[in-house]
Amino acid sequence: MSALAIIDGGGANLGSVRYALQRLGTEATVTADAAEIRRAQCIILPGVGAADVAMARLRRLRLDRLLTELRQPILGICLGMQLLYEHSEEGDTACLGLIPGKVTRLQPAAGLSIPHMGWNRVHVHRQDPLADDLPANAYAYFVHSYCAPVNRHTMASSLHGRSFACMARAGNYWAAQFHPERSADTGRRILDAFLRVGSCV
Amino acid sequence: MNAASQLCRRIIPCLDVRDGQVVKGVRFRDHRIVGDIVELALRYRDQGADELVFYDITASVEKRSVDVRWVDRIAREIDIPFCVAGGIRDVDTARQVLNAGADKVSINSPALERPALITELKDGFGQQCVVVGIDSVRVADDWWVRQYTGDPAAMQETGRRTLDWVAEASARGAGEIVLNCMDSDGDKGGYDLSQLRAAKALTDLPLIASGGAGAAAHFAEVFLDAGVDGALAASVFHSGEIAIPDLKRQLAGQNIEVRHATDNIR
Repeated sequence: MSALAIIDGGGANLGSVRYALQRLGTEATVTADAAEIRRAQCIILPGVGAADVAMARLRRLRLDRLLTELRQPILGICLGMQLLYEHSEEGDTACLGLIPGKVTRLQPAAGLSIPHMGWNRVHVHRQDPLADDLPANAYAYFVHSYCAPVNRHTMASSLHGRSFACMARAGNYWAAQFHPERSADTGRRILDAFLRVGSCV
Repeated sequence: MNAASQLCRRIIPCLDVRDGQVVKGVRFRDHRIVGDIVELALRYRDQGADELVFYDITASVEKRSVDVRWVDRIAREIDIPFCVAGGIRDVDTARQVLNAGADKVSINSPALERPALITELKDGFGQQCVVVGIDSVRVADDWWVRQYTGDPAAMQETGRRTLDWVAEASARGAGEIVLNCMDSDGDKGGYDLSQLRAAKALTDLPLIASGGAGAAAHFAEVFLDAGVDGALAASVFHSGEIAIPDLKRQLAGQNIEVRHATDNIR
């Protein structure tokens, strides 16, 4: 059994998260097995693609309910972050409801490309083990068209047309809209902190 | 730069790959070996490249698929995003490349052969990992798309206007457009600003400029005058003529939002 499980929701691109953890010295298990996920010390929920498709997959794998029952640290990345909220405008999808708030689409405007793709600043709002190591000028790599609102669960925000939550936390559920595995030093610090929170190192 | 965003303009070295080595030619011809893929990838990552594109220049022409072994080698080593182009002509190949750790796949000739591929990839993996590459030449007063540009003998006209194809690719579900202006490629005389500006006006998608970078000023003008999201270049980076940290300092000096990579050196 691995201390760390990456949930295989059926999408591609799980490799880069696993390799990022390997660079930190942690071997993760990529799995959709409920028992294995339940046993893990900490869990990453990655995700690319559309919210409606991803939620349908989690339900089909019977992981939606399981995800709400876990007590160990869980980190949702990109679409995995959005799925932790109550609802997504993408496909008008009911999500896991673990972090209050609704995910909405970024609105195109003059000079504002959608998807929001590339490096943007991470403005940390409050102290948290996952954000405490970040420098003031931290940048992270984003690829998304939908985003979560800034509310009391927001740990950090970024600006693209409007301010949105780029990191959030509700209890044992953490979330990052950007891709830590592709965010160079910023991402390394966040993943390393998550592994320490979960005693996975 | 748009005041309502702090999104950084991206500097993207392009590594043309042939038989597992990085090569570079002028106007897509006369390729010579530049170096090992992973070694160069790490060097650019340490210099502060925002993203890398690996373009298998022969796969599209020879109808081979990308060799995913080098994709996997890169994915294990680097922690910035990278895109793989060349020889991705179906959903299965794209899945292999993405599963090997690439963040995006870029399709060019296969999208021209079968435009539905764009939508299939979007439906399979999400819009964010579907890049459409366009090789474009000026003919008379307009720009036209070329196909199979990896081999001068195989290169073909497509009968498609570049701007029409930009609009169609956007409508079919592309997540990003790379517009390679072949007339300026390798000349180091600057990006084709008028063509890029015309393309940017047609789409909300991120647009990446390619072809013609020769000096730091060319990057500044393509961001300020053409409004592109990223600028791709190869030879000026491979030769060391332009060092990425210097380039970013110059861009920042002109109030262009760029990522400062000083905290990213290992």
